[in-house]
Amino acid sequence: MSGLDIWMRENPLTYIWLGSYGVALLIFAIEIAMVRHKRKITLQQVRLMRDADDEAGDEE
Amino acid sequence: MAINWFKYSAPTTFYGLAGKLIPWFAISAAILFAIGLYIGFVVAPADAQQGEFYRIIFIHVPSSILSMFLYMIMAGYAALGLIFNTRLSAMMATAIAPTGALFAFISLWTGALWGKPMWGAWWVWDARLTSELILLFLYLGFIALHASIDDPRRADRASALLAIVGSVNVPIIYFSVKWWNTLHQGSTIKFTGTSMHVAMQQAMFTVLAACWLYAIAIVLARVRSIILERERNTTWITELPEVRS
Repeated sequence: MSGLDIWMRENPLTYIWLGSYGVALLIFAIEIAMVRHKRKITLQQVRLMRDADDEAGDEE
Repeated sequence: MAINWFKYSAPTTFYGLAGKLIPWFAISAAILFAIGLYIGFVVAPADAQQGEFYRIIFIHVPSSILSMFLYMIMAGYAALGLIFNTRLSAMMATAIAPTGALFAFISLWTGALWGKPMWGAWWVWDARLTSELILLFLYLGFIALHASIDDPRRADRASALLAIVGSVNVPIIYFSVKWWNTLHQGSTIKFTGTSMHVAMQQAMFTVLAACWLYAIAIVLARVRSIILERERNTTWITELPEVRS
């Protein structure tokens, strides 16, 4: 029996929390951060395009 | 009062509706997660055979169910987009794929963590595990194929075909424990009933509901960015308050 096997049998709740729930919640947090970042970047791009169009219209 | 549902199939109206719905789904998901985890770790008793290790079920089963259902919904949207050439359907399929892939990954990861103390192995080439791994690869294939084609409409059509063909894998995952002799246990919850303790059922169904609400909220948030990106040359996008500010 390896050290990890002994540790997980002595600390089952820590093993479950860190290994599965901790990882799952971390994945959800990363996904939320990525979606928020993507929205921020997309909004910036759309605003830049609108500003470029406005400037082009003014020059004409 | 009759609601014209077709109105919401247009990105222009759906964008606003999604924005209003996201906070409700997100807050409900957070509350249900907290309740589900409280019942699962405080109220539910330890299992007679598996001790505390069985508590992985409260995240493992919901994420497995979500990974399969989200794939079927993604394939359904992809098919709608392919048949009726509706813009929003393809956008929804694209928005669902990353969340489905993450749920498939969580399912495999938590399954490995459960397998180690119960079976003595992180991974076995069991029919259920292997078919779930193929589901993850199908999601990744869908995302990669869509990203590799520059023209969004062509990317939608190509990835829709992959999603539709790949949907054959979902019933294989579900019935794998019946069709083959697998190390993975059979279904705990059946249409005929279950032998699970009431508190265990409550915890699992509450986390399942939380996962559904989370998935809906995150997909709606993602599809809003996709709508913004794809429709950026239209006047209704430039007139949005968040774009004008």
